Amino acid sequence: MKDQNEIAVSFSHVSMQFPGVLANDDISLDIRRGEIFALVGENGAGKSTLMNLLYGIHTPTSGEITVQGEKITQFSPKNAIAHGVGMVHQHFMLVPSFTVAQNIVMRQEPRKLGLFFDNRAAEDITRQLVAEYGLQVEPSAVVQEISVGLQQRVEILKAFYRGADILILDEPTAVLTPQETDELFDVIRRIVAEKNMTVIIITHKLGEVMAISHRVGVMRKGKLVGVEETAHVTQRQLASMMVGRPVLFDQLARTGTRGAVQIAVEDLTVQNDRGLRAVNGLSLQVHAGEVLGIAAIEGNGQSELLEAIAGMRPVTGGSICICGQNAVGRTPGEIRAMGLAHIPEDRLATGVSKDASVQDNLLVGKHMLPEFNRFGFHQDTRAIAQYSQQIYDSFDIRGSGIDMRVGDMSGGNMQKVVVAREFSFDTPVLLISQPTRGVDVGAMAFFHSRIIEKRNSGCAILLVSADLDEVFRLSDRIITLYEGEITGEFDPSAISKEEIGYYMTGSRSGKELAHEEA
Amino acid sequence: MGEILKSIFSVGTLNQMLRSATPVALAAIGGSMTEHAGIMNIGMDGMILMGAFFGALGSYLFGSAAAGLAMVLLMGILVGLFFALFVVKLHSDEFIIGCALNTFALGLTTYLSRSIFGSAGTKGNPALPKLHLPLLDKIPIVGEVLNNHSIFVYLTLIFVIIMWLYVYKTPQGFWLRASGEKPETLRTAGISPEKMKWIASILCGIFCALAGAHLSLGQLNGTFAENMVNSRGYIAFACVIFAAANPAKAYLAALMFGFFDAIGLRLQKHVSPELTGMIPYIITIVMMVYVVVRSQKKKRTKAQQKA
Repeated sequence: MKDQNEIAVSFSHVSMQFPGVLANDDISLDIRRGEIFALVGENGAGKSTLMNLLYGIHTPTSGEITVQGEKITQFSPKNAIAHGVGMVHQHFMLVPSFTVAQNIVMRQEPRKLGLFFDNRAAEDITRQLVAEYGLQVEPSAVVQEISVGLQQRVEILKAFYRGADILILDEPTAVLTPQETDELFDVIRRIVAEKNMTVIIITHKLGEVMAISHRVGVMRKGKLVGVEETAHVTQRQLASMMVGRPVLFDQLARTGTRGAVQIAVEDLTVQNDRGLRAVNGLSLQVHAGEVLGIAAIEGNGQSELLEAIAGMRPVTGGSICICGQNAVGRTPGEIRAMGLAHIPEDRLATGVSKDASVQDNLLVGKHMLPEFNRFGFHQDTRAIAQYSQQIYDSFDIRGSGIDMRVGDMSGGNMQKVVVAREFSFDTPVLLISQPTRGVDVGAMAFFHSRIIEKRNSGCAILLVSADLDEVFRLSDRIITLYEGEITGEFDPSAISKEEIGYYMTGSRSGKELAHEEA
Repeated sequence: MGEILKSIFSVGTLNQMLRSATPVALAAIGGSMTEHAGIMNIGMDGMILMGAFFGALGSYLFGSAAAGLAMVLLMGILVGLFFALFVVKLHSDEFIIGCALNTFALGLTTYLSRSIFGSAGTKGNPALPKLHLPLLDKIPIVGEVLNNHSIFVYLTLIFVIIMWLYVYKTPQGFWLRASGEKPETLRTAGISPEKMKWIASILCGIFCALAGAHLSLGQLNGTFAENMVNSRGYIAFACVIFAAANPAKAYLAALMFGFFDAIGLRLQKHVSPELTGMIPYIITIVMMVYVVVRSQKKKRTKAQQKA
């Protein structure tokens, strides 16, 4: 029977001090058996740290954690597992070259002759788990060859195999499609109801908090600022609690008119890193003063498309015109000179030089400009510092100053450096990929309004984002991509997210739709 | 010309192939362990040299090959611990530590060899027994190829099987591979990836030292000469990479090296030995070119998965 008063996990005055950062500050919280508890907060608020303490990855500086009535004295994942705590990390903890079954049984492997790994038994165990929890996955499949959605199932099954009845899910929906998210939530609801499990979900998507949780805890700057019954709060209230001030998600004001075609892609084919066709005969146009959003599940050619337009990936067929000039076969530098700026999807790999300072990162691409450079070789450090400081302030970048090493900044501030730099070129064309990945609610609103400002000033913007809400919010038009082909084009005000989801998974396409209508 | 071909394609070549391949194969078994643990170990050359020297020294000091072998095992463990201390515990750059280990081993063994044995090195110390299997005598050719080898030639085959089973068929082998491929996975399962790396380093130290023992105590009669390893550690490393750290495949790669080494030795009668001595190394370069092409493909696949 479900006992509302039974406590599964209890934090009592828990603090965690990292060098220079108080990640958790005197947190006391009880989580009940059989409930779905959502833990929300901005990036760096300390949610993951708190859960890592529960999972024994760190030892708290002070305070006590009690699990199922037992005080934890030794903090290690091993001990946490022994107490029935399981965790599905944001970045999956799976060995890519091992099979599903081999990953699930790790550390508690079935053995033959007490010595050898019993692969058949491991697959049988997996099949039993699959049947018991209704999470369909093929035991003998190699993990690196299955989708992220399936990999997540493997992670969950792994936790169950280890006997978890308190399950921590860290940002579980970040990599899922709307349909996969719904499926995951169904599974969570079912196991909580059937097995009386306790589930803790770390997230920053407030819509999901409302959809699935019984109670919600809000963290801000290491402190727990409130615990509420989900039914008694609104998203707006939660957002304000997270940020510490009212967050205004104003309707983004769109002004200006659609102008000439600035990006024209015709019958484009591009290969991925494996030499397979990632973009397949794709054509699109982006006009001045509009945002064209691409909705697609990761790995359907959107990354390759943007890289090809930016000149970072060779084109195998078709044409690309930027502001009327042919961009095929040109270097990224030449294409930028045509009037393109690019916010790349992986800011650590291609967006910033993480060992360089904020100032150096802001100046990339501008070193040879006469205002920063004397005689073609001498850097005018004073002008550069002045310029950097001005951008630093106007973009509200928060750090120790323009000399700060970019690699030491939070994801949101690092992204501000990238966006500030790319926007400062004042180009007629912008490629924007994952503008707010890993960025908190407050900064997200900031980026959104800046992007729309750019649009209103006549920029042609091609946007890719894994966050469907974002695509809907920012785009004037949305196209869906599946396996490198466009499956549909939509007006965001005339279609639902669920509907778009079908086009993203290729289960529906524009052609069929036309057929149905006919 | 006919004479040259005859000397190349002879029983003697195959016999020599096994002898030449053995030290490389032993080291490659060890190198496969560190490779699986995610450690790029270029220090194998030094590890082998330490084994070779201390094997000869032990044999010289105690007048017994068994004592030499015991010393080899001890040194193997110590060298493995030393390597792991810096690479695993202190997080030093494995490439630098590998280089340092090679230089250190060369310096130390040369110094000790000169102070103990003089500039000529040592020879004629008690060596490990050669194995004669009467059963094999009855089989023509095969018997000649396989018989009358140092005991290590046979042990290596057994080690290959054992270590292959360890890596691919035991839970510990899975952990070892996970420790190199995705250590966090192991940590969140409650197993220390560092522990697996320590184990891999020690195993590598032992197998490399045994490779050295084969050179000084097995192949040559208790002989030590300065730098006698002659870069076999690097060849072994090439075999590891070529075989994707599969001990069985690494053994085959070592056999290939042994084969060309044997041919080189045969050709010495006809061509200048400096030229023939190049053959196995040229083959190694060819092997590595193949590996680079293959790994670039793999890298692209990996990058793809990340994206």
